[in-house]
Amino acid sequence: MSHLTAWDRICIARSQNRPKSRDILPKLFEDIIELYGDRCYGDDAALIGAIGRFEGMPVTILAQSKGRDLQENLACNFGMMNPEGYRKAMRLAKQAEKFHRPIITIIDTAGAFPGKGAEERGQAEAIASSLKMFATIQTPVLAIVLSEGGSGGALALSVADRIYMMENAVYSILSCEGFASILWKDETRAKEAAELMECTSIDLAKKGIIDGIITEPEGGFDHQSDEVYGQIRSIIRRELNILTKIRVKNLVQQRYEKFRAMGNV
Amino acid sequence: MNHLFKKRKEQLGFFQGLLSKPKSVNIPREFNESAIMVCDSCGGASSKKDMASNLFVCPSCNYHLKLTPQQRLYQLIDENSFRETNRKMSSTSVALFPGYLDKYNKNVENTGNLEAVVCGVATIGGNKTAIAILDAHFMMGSMGSVVGEKITRLIELADRKKLPLIIFSASGGARMQEGINSLMQMAKTSAALAHFGDNGGFYISVLTHPTTGGVSASFAMLGDIILAEPGALIGFAGRRVIEKTVNEKLPDNFQTAEFIKEKGFVDRIVARKQLRNTLITLLEYHKEASI
Ligand SMILES: [Zn+2]
Repeated sequence: MSHLTAWDRICIARSQNRPKSRDILPKLFEDIIELYGDRCYGDDAALIGAIGRFEGMPVTILAQSKGRDLQENLACNFGMMNPEGYRKAMRLAKQAEKFHRPIITIIDTAGAFPGKGAEERGQAEAIASSLKMFATIQTPVLAIVLSEGGSGGALALSVADRIYMMENAVYSILSCEGFASILWKDETRAKEAAELMECTSIDLAKKGIIDGIITEPEGGFDHQSDEVYGQIRSIIRRELNILTKIRVKNLVQQRYEKFRAMGNV
Repeated sequence: MNHLFKKRKEQLGFFQGLLSKPKSVNIPREFNESAIMVCDSCGGASSKKDMASNLFVCPSCNYHLKLTPQQRLYQLIDENSFRETNRKMSSTSVALFPGYLDKYNKNVENTGNLEAVVCGVATIGGNKTAIAILDAHFMMGSMGSVVGEKITRLIELADRKKLPLIIFSASGGARMQEGINSLMQMAKTSAALAHFGDNGGFYISVLTHPTTGGVSASFAMLGDIILAEPGALIGFAGRRVIEKTVNEKLPDNFQTAEFIKEKGFVDRIVARKQLRNTLITLLEYHKEASI
């Protein structure tokens, strides 16, 4: 694994050229059918909801979606979900539970959208309900942190039986800019904050927050990194093989124990 | 001076009854302060005595001042009924983040509490209830690993003992200094509530000023019944962050309890004077849920 600073990895994770959910889904799944809307208010393009097959096995896919260019980013709100996105995720997760499909989530967001409408439509309630629902959902959940996992907006889709991170992905309580702004009232100290935040895949593996790291070539993986896609596929294969064999009651109990142990005092 | 001393003695006596192991650190801070209180909202001055007898609601403008957990308990529960749980739990990670230890120590000194939440079991109108009260005076009521752990243990206790649960939220959100461990407390407390709820447990969430960030986006918004104190700030993102993002000025009432109720996210706004009776009524209604 390469020895980069946290800030280096943040830059790689946020780079425009880094593969996004829309790029990697077709490399992992077949027969993808996207499903839209929360059946309540609207659709949120910052979350791709879909059914697909993983090596033949039907799965539900919930993937946070950043754009590959400005136009796409404007369409998907730069990957920052509104309450509709979390409610769409919950709707499709319940559907997955009903039809016994494992759920695979892809995390890539700077955070939940801090917008006016988001507050009016209950961003806090949507995230809280998502955390609660995934805690006891009666089907396996596997989370992969693709690039950026920021705050409650990422956590809402990370209450999973297994959490894997791309080597250059970062996952943290808040973006380093937000962190610097809250602690020191100075957003420009983001780089300094990044090194203190212990937000890299290596940090989180050490802390026992994640279950494994998907290694990347120097400088980060790209569209041609077949070896990396092979690693992701073999992790999904191995984990689904394990998780689908555990009795659902035990699975939910183990998931509780996993999160119960986090940040022990 | 004599007067102050007498008051302090009375207060100590109260806490000797209230806590199983009383310690001088539990003397509420207001008795070390001057006798005049100024309302945070209208600036009106009242004597501390008048303010306390009015439940720390400003007599001129009805602003609900922040309470310490001890004040909240004193106003709500049956006398001498509180048994605190995990009082001495404190974080092992305070030395890890630059400046955290100093800040933590100052907050311990100022509040007399070791963390931003007080948990325990008490009776309210004779109803035995598990209670957690976050303390906005302690590092803005922020949730680090100890706050998450104490609340989770209380939820598990309520589940085991089949008690109803009331959590008073007052928090700026997750505690930055503990990083990812703070974030994970959102998942931990929500997961504990999911199991508590599945087992039939009854949970009242009371949102007080302020309830924002990672606390509003976890246990605070998961009550079977959600109450809010008048005027309380309730929301996910901070006002300045939102204004910067959407590039517009937000209305004054944005993210107030009244605004959130209008949007459909709280069941009732309850004035502090009615809170005890409202809670008793709700607890009585759900008695069978806790058997
Ligand atoms: Zn006033």
